[in-house]
Amino acid sequence: MRHLLLRRLAAIPLTLLAISALVFLATEVLPGDVARQILGREASDATAAQLRDELGLDRPLPVRYADWLVSFFSGDWGTSYTLKVPVRELVFERLGASMLLAVFAFVLLVPVALLIGVLAGLYHDRPVDRILSVTGLALGATPEFVTGVVLMVVFAVSLRWFPVSAQADPGASLVNRLEHLVLPAVSLVLLCLGYVARHVRASTVASVRSPYVRAAELRGASRFSIVTRHVLRNSTVPATSALGVQAQFLLGGLVSVELLFNYPGIGALLLTAALDKDLPTLQAAALVLGFCYLLITLAVDVVYRLLDPRLRLGVAV
Amino acid sequence: MTSVISAPPHTPVAPPPVVSGSRRWPVALGLGLLILLTWTLVALFWRHLAPFDPSSQNPADKFASPGGEHWLGTDQFGRDVFSRVLAGAGSVLAIAPLATIGALIVGTAVGLVAGASGRWVDEAVMRVLDTLTVFPAIIASILFVALLGQSTPVLILVIGLAFVPIVARSVRAATLVERDKPYVEAARLRGEPTWSLLLREILPNVLTTVLVEATARLGDAVFAAATLSFLGLGAAPGSPDWGASVADNRAWLQIAPWTALAPALAIASLVVGVALVADDLRARTERS
Repeated sequence: MRHLLLRRLAAIPLTLLAISALVFLATEVLPGDVARQILGREASDATAAQLRDELGLDRPLPVRYADWLVSFFSGDWGTSYTLKVPVRELVFERLGASMLLAVFAFVLLVPVALLIGVLAGLYHDRPVDRILSVTGLALGATPEFVTGVVLMVVFAVSLRWFPVSAQADPGASLVNRLEHLVLPAVSLVLLCLGYVARHVRASTVASVRSPYVRAAELRGASRFSIVTRHVLRNSTVPATSALGVQAQFLLGGLVSVELLFNYPGIGALLLTAALDKDLPTLQAAALVLGFCYLLITLAVDVVYRLLDPRLRLGVAV
Repeated sequence: MTSVISAPPHTPVAPPPVVSGSRRWPVALGLGLLILLTWTLVALFWRHLAPFDPSSQNPADKFASPGGEHWLGTDQFGRDVFSRVLAGAGSVLAIAPLATIGALIVGTAVGLVAGASGRWVDEAVMRVLDTLTVFPAIIASILFVALLGQSTPVLILVIGLAFVPIVARSVRAATLVERDKPYVEAARLRGEPTWSLLLREILPNVLTTVLVEATARLGDAVFAAATLSFLGLGAAPGSPDWGASVADNRAWLQIAPWTALAPALAIASLVVGVALVADDLRARTERS
């Protein structure tokens, strides 16, 4: 276990280096002249050349990569071409906003997925199970911006229960900010719910048929205690690994949900930076998101092993 | 996200099928196929079905409510929403299958070669695939599109590339099972060349895997194509593409919700149709 963790940790810098090279290459070979993009079509050749010089765009690629890497690790992430603000502050501010949304979605997702999964598992192959499972399947196949539009029309436009925009006024309390985040978070939750619940359901079905649950039943344990002490405990393991798989759906979901709900998160920042060819912002946002993704998958792997004693102790399963 | 979307290498990928056991639910498969068939026909023949020209503007009649002459109302330019939904079907129904077919061809080839060849080729190919999936597909897609420019061919390429590792892994696993079976051994002893071993002996026996991958990837591809065009990375603005229409009309959600709701529900119906078929096929093959 410790060995594996160390190996995974050691792989992080290497993976990050690969990601950074990829990000740098992708953004540096961008078609179109960045200086022209910023200045517009009317600018003279001399002004464009001067800006290229200013941005250091005329130096050879390896030099620029090494330079960029060094300044990135020393904390100098440059200035956004379009927003004219320091990239580091911008990226971390947006990352904070996205994390609030992602953590909120996660907090909603886990209990609901466990509840639905166990419920479907206990009543497997009965109508309740069919309805829950097919609904989960359908929602999991539907892009989050589609569910988001439907949620918005029903709960924000028609019923007026929640605000249309995800962005609270500056200085709003946490409760108020979360209220604005309910609909975006629910669109993210609905995407992952079916998948996670399916894994919980499958393990519930397996443990209901298992000798230890049978033994507990014969001992006269109540149904409630069987579910909480045996079934639920065994369901957390597949749920964790399912959540790991969902991490990248959540990342992808952040981009489109933030766009749909006009939420100033890092996903929306990445997208606008790419569309506006705002290179420093695009590079930083892509690297930070890639790093977060690595951390999430690592954390899921560790938790997964901690939860399952067989894996924790290195016993062959 | 698929989508936009590939799974990390260290976790179990295939979720258990929704409907298990002996009592299958043929209604789901039938419904899924019906939805798919309907949208395919619409994509092919929308010109004969649409009551209005999807791009003809009529500012005097903008934001008309659904009902009456315009079944699903009109948008900010007075364009008929129903006609636009019909005309938009073709876009996603071209991108998703093309990306899927591309990923299937390349992924099957890679998987067959990796699974059937010796240890170090297999190891090398799988490491490369792992490296490809270490990067979240959505970030890769955005970078790629920024790099190559927004267009439909780029969208097909990006989605197809994201799915190659997934298909390759499944086909490789199936190939490993077949590789050491007596019929392959017999063919080898007969002196069949390697290409023939792969294509004529092993491939027909891993076709079930390829078929299951095909439907699963098709669903993911529809998801990805809709999402990327919603993000403005696909079709040109103003096109009736569903994802792009939702993006164009989200600003009017409070005064004319139908303009964004109609294409959104069209996407939902298509993805659900594909998901029903894919889930049913997977459950069938797992049982047999």
